[in-house]
Amino acid sequence: MTAPPLIEVEDLRIDLDDGAKHVAAVEGVSFRIDRGETFGLVGESGCGKSITALALIGLLRRPLSVAAGTIRFEGREIQGLSAAEQRALRGNRIAMIFQEPMTALNPVSPVGRQIAEMFVLHKGKSWREANRLAVEALANVRVPAPERRVKDYPHQLSGGMRQRVMIAIALACDPDLLIADEPTTALDVTVQAEIIELMRNLCAERGTAILMISHDLGLVANVCRRVGVMYAGRIVEERGSDDIFRACAHPYTQGLVDSLPRLGSRAALGRSRLREIAGVVPAIADFPGGCRFNPRCAQATEICRTTAPETTWLGAGGLVRCHHHA
Amino acid sequence: MKLGTSAIIGGLLFALAIFVGLFAPWLAHTDPVMGANLMNAEEPPSWIWWFGTDAQGRDIYSRVVHGARISLTVGIVSQLVNSVIGVTLGLTAGYWGGWWDDVVNGLTNLMLAIPSLIFALAIMAVLGPGLTSLLIALGLTNWSFTCRIARASTLSLKSQGYVQAARVLGYGDLRIMITQLLPNMVGPIIVIGTLGMGGAVLAEASLSFLGLGIRPPYPSWGSMLSEARDQITTAPWLSVFPGLAIFLTVLGLNLLGDGLRDVLDPQSRSRRA
Repeated sequence: MTAPPLIEVEDLRIDLDDGAKHVAAVEGVSFRIDRGETFGLVGESGCGKSITALALIGLLRRPLSVAAGTIRFEGREIQGLSAAEQRALRGNRIAMIFQEPMTALNPVSPVGRQIAEMFVLHKGKSWREANRLAVEALANVRVPAPERRVKDYPHQLSGGMRQRVMIAIALACDPDLLIADEPTTALDVTVQAEIIELMRNLCAERGTAILMISHDLGLVANVCRRVGVMYAGRIVEERGSDDIFRACAHPYTQGLVDSLPRLGSRAALGRSRLREIAGVVPAIADFPGGCRFNPRCAQATEICRTTAPETTWLGAGGLVRCHHHA
Repeated sequence: MKLGTSAIIGGLLFALAIFVGLFAPWLAHTDPVMGANLMNAEEPPSWIWWFGTDAQGRDIYSRVVHGARISLTVGIVSQLVNSVIGVTLGLTAGYWGGWWDDVVNGLTNLMLAIPSLIFALAIMAVLGPGLTSLLIALGLTNWSFTCRIARASTLSLKSQGYVQAARVLGYGDLRIMITQLLPNMVGPIIVIGTLGMGGAVLAEASLSFLGLGIRPPYPSWGSMLSEARDQITTAPWLSVFPGLAIFLTVLGLNLLGDGLRDVLDPQSRSRRA
């Protein structure tokens, strides 16, 4: 018998229920991430990728809740765990870094203390030992002069440094899975590349799996081995990241690929302007019937408006949900 | 951080009061209670009797100096009790919400609706006069503002990224409250506490004046005022000096509170940064 995958999401459905309305924000989402693997979730804002991540660590709060499906971490169902068992997973086995390094650090606590807290909290270290480990952790994320930097407060650091600190906190306990929610969106492009490189190297060294969440298909495809494309609460296509540019199967993915700006693209691709996807993302309350992408899809036909497409398996573990997939 | 003039003046006045209270036995000329001598009754202020003497010939200066001990003890301790109660209730109510929040809110509104001095009077009436009952009465009746501030701060801090992040990193509720929420709200809590201390000194004086606080012959500023009220025309120094002591201490605390607000206010801090 093979070991269970690190994390396995099956047919996840997340409901939004604020009393007045009751709708499925995320529906039928399944994916698995093996140890040390890198998986990306791509989609526009509001497609449900961030709440899927929150569900993974058992932190959905009202009005959101997991309505159906299972999330298994090393074969154990997350929802079945007690609050204390879930807390022991969070930060320790599953860690997370956020979009805004500005606000994700406590402004009144020195960064070293915030890193050290992880060792005290999850590894039961003494504060003296934890402080020593915090210096090491800062050195690992290539922060210069870490023994002085540990005493700094977040506002004394630049955005890139803060995100390094976030990574140090997240990787402090050698987690098995790192969830990166738009980790570089708030950073300068040059710093972005450094941070991504750092995150990828550190995770590769430790065999930490990455679940990367972003709206940036190019970035995700660059970091992750496999990519799931989410639209309006469903995964519409899942492919190896090499395949996704070469031959994407879903019209929405094609739209994302086409809307990526490329340097020197005019001559190479013979097009004069960036193409966008017509229309806007539907609000959760009024997802269209049938295939949820149909109002914006150029290839939509009658069946797209009435019937939700089934999963079609493609070669090499890929899948697509479209009636007209190529 | 730059302290304003008002914080410095207020701080000095408060520090002076603390100093006098701490070193009262060395600063006083005579024993505040037993130093009575009818030969010296009702002497006006002079080089010998700095603040004059009362009808029993006790040195008012020594009594004011010793009174600082009681007034400050009551002010500081009762406000500490208030702060602890207010922060605990406000923080947990704001954090957990739900029925507990309703309970705390109801309690706070109840406390705000009853004049706190009347409430303290009622408690004193049950417990009887004395320092301990004074501390209990004042410590239990003035936490509502602290509670409101703590609850409001918690509600706004709760949605901050770092509080969410702490939850994601596996912090428990208690740890989040102590490491993430509390340090971020100490500013306003300290300001309210300092102002409340002034209020507590005044409340002690009022209760003692009404005969429910510190009982004569022990000197507290309020009880001294109470004793002096019959002689206010014949021996005004009996009321002027304890009154001045109350005035300067409360003024100092209020200036300090205002000054600290300027320093600790997150908005003014971010302006500087």
